Amino acid sequence: MYEFEHHKPASVADAASAMKGADDGKLLAGGQTMIPTLKQRLASPSDLVDLGGIAELKGISVSGGTVTIGAMTNHAAVAASADIKSALPALAELADHIGDAQVRNRGTIGGSVANNDPAADYPAACLALGATIHTSQRDIAADDFFTGLFETALEEDEIITKISFPVANKAAYVKFPNPASRYALVGVFVADGPAGTRVAVTGAGQDGVFRVPEMESALSGNFSADAIANVKVSADNLNADIHASADYRAHLITVMAKRAVAKI
Amino acid sequence: MATVSMTVNGKSVSGEVEPRTLLVQFIREQLHLTGTHVGCDTSQCGACVVHVNGDSVKSCTMLAVQADGSDVTTIEGLANGDTLHPMQEAFRDNHGLQCGFCTPGMVMSAVDLLKKNPKPSEGEIREWLEGNICRCTGYHNIVKAVQQAAQA
Ligand SMILES: Cc1cc2nc3c(=O)[nH]c(=O)nc-3n(C[C@H](O)[C@H](O)[C@H](O)COP(=O)(O)OP(=O)(O)OC[C@H]3O[C@@H](n4cnc5c(N)ncnc54)[C@H](O)[C@@H]3O)c2cc1C
Ligand code: FES
Ligand code: FES
Repeated sequence: MYEFEHHKPASVADAASAMKGADDGKLLAGGQTMIPTLKQRLASPSDLVDLGGIAELKGISVSGGTVTIGAMTNHAAVAASADIKSALPALAELADHIGDAQVRNRGTIGGSVANNDPAADYPAACLALGATIHTSQRDIAADDFFTGLFETALEEDEIITKISFPVANKAAYVKFPNPASRYALVGVFVADGPAGTRVAVTGAGQDGVFRVPEMESALSGNFSADAIANVKVSADNLNADIHASADYRAHLITVMAKRAVAKI
Repeated sequence: MATVSMTVNGKSVSGEVEPRTLLVQFIREQLHLTGTHVGCDTSQCGACVVHVNGDSVKSCTMLAVQADGSDVTTIEGLANGDTLHPMQEAFRDNHGLQCGFCTPGMVMSAVDLLKKNPKPSEGEIREWLEGNICRCTGYHNIVKAVQQAAQA
């Protein structure tokens, strides 16, 4: 790991000014992506601005049909939240299957969404449920947030403060995990709620998370696994690696989508 | 350099570290508590698991400065004098280890499981231990050990 300066601000405003004052600053949340990256010397920030001391970034609230989760809330807290389990159980279940127990005790929703790993789970929930990403500067709709592989609409010094999810009356997530890392080889989040009928796929796309309009229109008429059984997703633009070919991922999308619909 | 202070196995400790010092380096190299192991550099093996404020975490994937002010328990903090912790005793009774390299992390992870879920099913034990890799035992006796500890 290269050397860096460490800052531990107590407020979002102080974190933003620490980032402004740094040559090449990076935010540190749970560190479950950032620290392995630093260890491999794949990043060499001059400064790390640690969000771990900012109380206003933590916490879960459910009211008026919206689940709001502070950016520094870890995956274990989302998985264990009685409020989320009753309002949006699919989201608690998704969090409960991220990585392993120790990753869930440290990794945060803000870090996961900001990182936009093409195999991460939360981006699929954000896109399918029509979430809003609240930052130190503005509110960004999930539809405009995930812009490509590890790319988001966030500006250099912009800090995610919380994420809000409209409660959907139908929602489910199923993933085919990579057996070693538990990241999604393919994960499909289906939802029928205020944002409409949506199917969002993670793990498979070369540009990260994406929606499947053919499945969405089939499900709008008839929300059943049969309605999408014959919808084939093209393997063009899907990932191929040592774990799975693009064709196999395309096949898995339909299988996972059917399982998710059948779970509701 | 930064000064960090924390409670480790019930004792207050402090030290000077570089911001890039990992918690596991602080524990092993400065506190000389070498029961916590390092088995990988990809955050995947779980040999380094300790408890920070009561939750199991990978001490290779946390900076010492992030643990400033926390309460840390390592494998050395479990036994009560010569009396093993029930989880350690169960690993011994059930032959839940062979080379022993993964064992400190396995035990720390399993103790956290029983705190959150005192009577786990076999499936729940296997799922919880997903972040702990063992190259010797085939996991079977580890699962038996955790089941015995849950009865204790
Ligand atoms: C072994 C292992 C298995 C894993 N398995 C899975 C899995 O199955 N599914 C899955 O989805 N993920 C998985 N992960 C990733 C995990 O969920 C991470 O916790 C997550 O991707 C990053 O969150 P973090 O809080 O650790 O962020 P960090 O690592 O601290 O930060 C990640 C990035 O986000 C930026 N960032 C962090 N917080 C903010 C914020 N509030 N505003 C703006 N930018 C911010 C940082 O600057 C950094 O670039 C796994 C990780 C490991 C080590
Ligand atoms: S040493 Fe392998 S996970 Fe920490
Ligand atoms: S006993 Fe050897 S690695 Fe587990």
